[in-house]
Amino acid sequence: MSETYLPKGLPRPSAGPDGLAEPYWRATRESKLVIQKCTGCGAWQWGPEWVCHQCHCMEIDWIEIEGKGLIYSYERPHHPVHHALTGHGAYLVVLVELPAYGNVRMLGNLLGDPHQEVVIGSAVQAVFEPHDEGDPAYTLVQWRIRST
Amino acid sequence: MIDRTLRGQTAIIGIGETVYYKHGQSPDSEFKLALKAVISACQDAGISPHEIDGFASYGNERSEAGRLASALGIKELRFSNMFWGGGGGGVCGAIGNAAAAVATGQADCVVVFRSLAQGQYQRYGRSAGASVAAGDDAFMFPYGVISPAQRFAMKVIRFMHDHGITEHALRAISLACYHHAQNNPNAVMQGHLLDEGKYDQSRWIIEPFFRLYDCCQENDGAAALLVVSADRARDLRHKPVYIMAAAQGCDERSAAPVHNMPHYASSHFAQLAPRLYRMAKLLPEDMGIVQCYENFTGGVLMSLVEHGLVKPAEANEVLVKENLIAPNGTMPLNTSGGNLAECYMHGLELVHEAVRQIRGVAINQVTRNDAAIIMGGPMVTPVSSLILGSELTL
Repeated sequence: MSETYLPKGLPRPSAGPDGLAEPYWRATRESKLVIQKCTGCGAWQWGPEWVCHQCHCMEIDWIEIEGKGLIYSYERPHHPVHHALTGHGAYLVVLVELPAYGNVRMLGNLLGDPHQEVVIGSAVQAVFEPHDEGDPAYTLVQWRIRST
Repeated sequence: MIDRTLRGQTAIIGIGETVYYKHGQSPDSEFKLALKAVISACQDAGISPHEIDGFASYGNERSEAGRLASALGIKELRFSNMFWGGGGGGVCGAIGNAAAAVATGQADCVVVFRSLAQGQYQRYGRSAGASVAAGDDAFMFPYGVISPAQRFAMKVIRFMHDHGITEHALRAISLACYHHAQNNPNAVMQGHLLDEGKYDQSRWIIEPFFRLYDCCQENDGAAALLVVSADRARDLRHKPVYIMAAAQGCDERSAAPVHNMPHYASSHFAQLAPRLYRMAKLLPEDMGIVQCYENFTGGVLMSLVEHGLVKPAEANEVLVKENLIAPNGTMPLNTSGGNLAECYMHGLELVHEAVRQIRGVAINQVTRNDAAIIMGGPMVTPVSSLILGSELTL
């Protein structure tokens, strides 16, 4: 069993019936982080879209990126809204901006003490969190503080 | 060339609402609540429900226009319309749609309504418990970002960080709403007193900035209002409340997935508000009545800023309880208690209160009562706003 930040039982991610996000979720299983890059104008894009929001090109690549970013915002939910979180206590969510990739943002949990002080602008590093028990198995992308 | 505007062409002539209940406590079904609110609005206006020829709603309303028109025996339904988006982002937009239908001759008497019975249906602030999350939810639900509060809190936190605004500003918004509810017999929170100590001691929903009293209630009830042409309104029993401007929409890419909207720390009104004031030919300082949808107090703060009613640098100073309460505050806010303390009627109760204020019959009556601004559903997409006015603003 792999160790996970939040308890088991939360909804598992799915690429959905249209499969738009399938390359992302497939890559995370190989501990790779990919986002979209337009083949027409070169714009980075996240989250996934079928079209480039800048030039409307529909040929969009999935490019592996380095999981380094800065905390753009955060929250520490206390109130459990899902049965899997009942009795679990507070946890941390961070919104991370990736300056090297057009300032796209990604969202995940901040690993470590859920009561740690969070400073906007702190450097963070992506961490892959496999959920091999999932049906099918999946891997989440989490974040930890990166010493600079 | 004809000026393309809604300004002053239509008016609200009747408002109606049911008893407001705590969530799950309505003895009536959602559809029956809707019928009661529509009939009550007609009684207020002094017209028969048979005169209604249009319905407009929002927020994924379940009581359908065709069914309501049939139940009420309406002879000819000429307009039915739903505003996209969940929550209360469409409250003012639905009124704008009704006004547009009347102003362009598509219908003569359009009812705008909302009905909610959360005992009969699912609540908003609780996950339905699905085992799979797809689309944008796939990037949020597995991380415990599920409820509206959890999806919006990081916008507020970034806004507070950018402008150095403290939680005292949010507390003042909450205190003002609860204060106003105490005189309102239909307020669910009448008798539920809130002071600074009780607010400060209340539990975190999301830390920081989302305490229990920063979050709206969930309720059962229904509300409805009637829109007719300005000419017709002048012949009816109440002082007409003119629709001076309606605007809806959202900022650039505000529904970009995984929180990638360019203007992140925003209620999504920044591009809309200037259009609203231009149509009304009025300014923020003209608004004696300020009604803002509180899903969360942080959303109110950003809405007030984006509508030019508060400068971010002055928010800590201006947003104190004394300034926000009727009759003598500099900017009385949500004078019947709003979503926080009157009823979470998806913001329609905020419009009803603005109508009562302009008529001069509100329980917490303000003195500058010729122009009202109502802001719907901060942070959702799309959002909408409305300016109402008395004859003097025409």
